[in-house]
Amino acid sequence: MTENGITGAEIVIRALEDQGVEVIFGYPGGAVLPIYDELFQRDHNIRHVLVRHEQGAVHAAEGYARATGKPGVVLVTSGPGATNAVTGLTDALMDSIPLVVLTGQVPTALIGNDAFQEADTVGITRPCTKHNWLVKDPHDLARVIHEAFYVATKGRPGPVVIDIPKDVQFAEGSYVGPGNVAHRTYKPRVKGDLEKIKDAVDAIAAAKKPVIYTGGGVINSGPAASQLLRELARLTGYPVTSTLMGLGAFPADDPQWLGMLGMHGTWEANHAMHQCDVMLCVGARFDDRVTGRLDAFSPNSTKIHIDIDPSSINKNVIVDIPIVGDVAHVLEDLIRVWKAKVCRPDKTALEQWWHEIDGWRARNCLAYAPSRSVIKPQHAIERLYALTKDRDTYITTEVGQHQMWAAQFFRFQEPNRWMTSGGLGTMGYGLPAAVGVQMAFPDSLVVDIAGEASVQMTMQEMSTAVQYDLPIKIFILNNEYMGMVRQWQELLHGGRYSHSYSDSLPDFVKLAEAYGAVGIRASDPASLDDAIAEMIDIKRPVLFDCVVDKTENCFPMIPSGAAHNEMILSDLAEQSVSDAGKTLV
Amino acid sequence: MSASEAIQTHTIAALVDNEAGVLARVIGLFSGRGYNIESLTVAEVDAEEHTSRITIVTSGSAQVIEQIKAQLDRLVPVHRVVDLTVETVPLERELALLKLRASGEKRVESLRLADAFRARVVDSTLNSFVFELTGAPEKINAFIELMGPLGLIDVSRTGVAAISRGAEPL
Ligand SMILES: Cc1ncc(C[n+]2csc(CCOP(=O)(O)OP(=O)(O)O)c2C)c(N)n1
Ligand SMILES: [Mg+2]
Repeated sequence: MTENGITGAEIVIRALEDQGVEVIFGYPGGAVLPIYDELFQRDHNIRHVLVRHEQGAVHAAEGYARATGKPGVVLVTSGPGATNAVTGLTDALMDSIPLVVLTGQVPTALIGNDAFQEADTVGITRPCTKHNWLVKDPHDLARVIHEAFYVATKGRPGPVVIDIPKDVQFAEGSYVGPGNVAHRTYKPRVKGDLEKIKDAVDAIAAAKKPVIYTGGGVINSGPAASQLLRELARLTGYPVTSTLMGLGAFPADDPQWLGMLGMHGTWEANHAMHQCDVMLCVGARFDDRVTGRLDAFSPNSTKIHIDIDPSSINKNVIVDIPIVGDVAHVLEDLIRVWKAKVCRPDKTALEQWWHEIDGWRARNCLAYAPSRSVIKPQHAIERLYALTKDRDTYITTEVGQHQMWAAQFFRFQEPNRWMTSGGLGTMGYGLPAAVGVQMAFPDSLVVDIAGEASVQMTMQEMSTAVQYDLPIKIFILNNEYMGMVRQWQELLHGGRYSHSYSDSLPDFVKLAEAYGAVGIRASDPASLDDAIAEMIDIKRPVLFDCVVDKTENCFPMIPSGAAHNEMILSDLAEQSVSDAGKTLV
Repeated sequence: MSASEAIQTHTIAALVDNEAGVLARVIGLFSGRGYNIESLTVAEVDAEEHTSRITIVTSGSAQVIEQIKAQLDRLVPVHRVVDLTVETVPLERELALLKLRASGEKRVESLRLADAFRARVVDSTLNSFVFELTGAPEKINAFIELMGPLGLIDVSRTGVAAISRGAEPL
């Protein structure tokens, strides 16, 4: 059904409604005014959240998408509006977050003339989107918007940009609904090859030292994938570990959970990865933070890799049984085949393997020295977890030590509860992401576990939180340092703390008050619990200044360029980094 | 060096939607990920379907070649990616135009060589020639090398167009 005589701006809103969009994060400007006018005039059910910086709009949309499983939608103007969105787009591309970002553009006749607020948006965003479009004809607009939602959400999800010149927003075009749009070329495969799945089942059943290594793909595949993962773990009795992005897909309280793996992963997870004989990688991509030194990565294992993106297969690590497909579809088939073949794990071997794992667990690798005089950052996260675990809680983070401590000490039991910037490591992600999550779940407890340096990168979004009555909690582990930078400088650069001290910090309590939010400070371990409880009870945005030990380091750590079994614990730190490792990031 | 790390040259064909920016996507992919491009050609091959065929000659380890194909295939406007070097050596042709400024014995010699290579003269003045030559890239390399000392002053090459042998389409 095609409808004629409708303007480009109307088409935009109409298409968003038909796509079921409930929230847009945006910021107006000259090149999107017709769309903003339509938002003002038209009768619709879309809520618009006015952010304070376009980077914040994109991170908010990412938080919204990650928590709900739905695509996040952003609307920004041309030129600086679009360039400000670039960090968020790159972040979403690295972490496979579905976003549809609409950018205004100068009128078609002016494109290429260095017009006011002109930027080559499709050129700039080509390498940081899954796909992008410049729409020059209003008759193409509806089709492109529907295609954009399809591309953003199907296959490996990712951000897309639609650049819409101002004259196209004014011009009359025709509208087609989402049902009429089929994509010509992009048809990702979701079902895995059954022969490969059978091979995988044989390998898994024959394993003596198996490990299931999961990633963000399990979350992206939807809640069914997490359920199937749990079922597979129950059927096999095999240990499960996860990347940073996959936390929550498997419950941290389960006895088969090894904790996170990788650079700041647990001793047991990394040793199990190193020693295993069969590795089942489910929706993870062998990132360098996970593998450590590649030529020493899990040297003796048969590797099975389930991924929806064929380009993830054999990219960093050559695998034995690649299976291209959606995690939920593949796991479903895999479990079915396992049951049909009446597979049984090798009980004696498995018992011995768990015995070995228990030996690694006994190292108690996350142990830290407790203190009565100063709040240990690890302790702060443990208390935050203890006091929020019975609530409906979502956690976002910034980037740095606090992020790793959150991953280590906050025990995620369910998927979609954990939003963090993994691939890009974007400081400033967590506060706007919390805004996005809270928009989706207004009654839930949404906490950004932050660092005092990161949070200043997008602090202005506090104003957004106040405006829309979003009671987000910004829990700052304030160590007065860019702690992760300081840690590397301590371990790798002879303790020369070059420009990593957070000087001239604002008084976060006063800052909160200046925004019309609530500020709380805690510095005494004895009053920490009360302060956290107070924070939780306040139904308004809170900046919580948790003053912690300034020099605590985050361990365990696999130094760059080292192998999994060369992981260091706190007391061994200094000696263990190779010169080659120092050149790596 | 193990077999898997040895550098191989492959000719890859991609059928793509002929839309704005598609070539930029392909080239951006190669530069962004540090892949080599030895030759790249593109032209529309189906006006009704608006599809173009891109032929890329690239080199890398077996693992990198696999990555290149997977990365190309992942681009949204790409219909199909085929590695023409997988089983047999594909048919590869290139067209070159060479300009010589020469007189006397060199001029005569250049005509003799052109004849041997089956190059055609497509422009001539009293002291210059333009030759047109089609063939496999190695043949063109050889011709250019021989023409060098005979007054070669300008070369233009199309890059490789390739197609598989036998009865199967792309
Ligand atoms: C936008 C951006 N710039 C720089 C970095 C490099 N970086 C990584 S962690 C970090 C320090 C973070 O400090 P803070 O937020 O206080 O967290 P802490 O490590 O102290 O917990 C920096 C500068 C980054 N990840 N992102
Ligand atoms: Mg800090």
